[in-house]
Amino acid sequence: MNERDDRRLLRAMLGPDGPELTCEECFEQLDRYVELELAGADADVTVPGMRAHLQGCPACHDDHESLRDFVASGDDPTPA
Amino acid sequence: MTAGASVAPMSPAVDLSARAHRGGEPDEESREWLSALRGTGARRDEAVAGLHELLLRAARFEVARRRATLRHLRGDDFDDIAMQSADDALIAVLAKLDSYRGESRFTTWAYKFALLEAAVKLRRRAWQAREVPLEPEGWDAFAGHGSSPHADAEGGELLRAVRRGIAERLTPHQREVLVAVTLNDVPIDVLAERLNTNRGALYKTLHDARQKLRAHLDSEGLSVSREETG
Repeated sequence: MNERDDRRLLRAMLGPDGPELTCEECFEQLDRYVELELAGADADVTVPGMRAHLQGCPACHDDHESLRDFVASGDDPTPA
Repeated sequence: MTAGASVAPMSPAVDLSARAHRGGEPDEESREWLSALRGTGARRDEAVAGLHELLLRAARFEVARRRATLRHLRGDDFDDIAMQSADDALIAVLAKLDSYRGESRFTTWAYKFALLEAAVKLRRRAWQAREVPLEPEGWDAFAGHGSSPHADAEGGELLRAVRRGIAERLTPHQREVLVAVTLNDVPIDVLAERLNTNRGALYKTLHDARQKLRAHLDSEGLSVSREETG
């Protein structure tokens, strides 16, 4: 293991610094947050605490990436 | 849209700028979806079928993303998982229609249910029949153990202090959850299923454990910079 692994473990164990949403709040806001991101708006100002939660919760982090990538991919057939 | 009608031609990456700046009012297409799904008869049936088709597309997207991590499954298994995810998401979406607030397109709101269902099912399949390690098996590989070349580095000192904090400050349940999720990389959804709880409750436990560890580091006079944890 190297210093980067140590840092990754520290980050995982100590979690994000500052207030964050709960998993339930994250799921509730996820669609709004993703659309803001894809529109180039400042999603973190509109949905405070989301970024910290996505850093701290691996499952919600994955859900966020999936929704963002799916909507952005063109596999979503509905027009904007 | 044409809610429930055959799926519209595939569009490239969507332009959401108008939506994002419009605020909380659903757009016309989203209103049509709501109206059709809340209606009756053939119009509703058509809308439900169209929605299921969209949810299945989202579930298949998630399955394709995670397929490489599930080499022991066959093609039929993936199809079944995608279909089951779409079915379960459809039930969830229809049950929660009143909670849609129009802050995104209706379809973006609905997709998250299908993606979540598929992700959770796939994580659980990946861990099926595997023991969930709750003990700190991976500690020795990290500098905090004191035996690595980095043991004298600041990160090593922090890790050793964290290790003491885990042993001395956390409850047994907090310790199990923190170790399983952060050290042993057990997915939260898998751990939640094994412990008969849910993601939110487990994350709360993880959050509380992290707060205790940060307080412990403060009490030992160790600062955690953003560079180290951000």
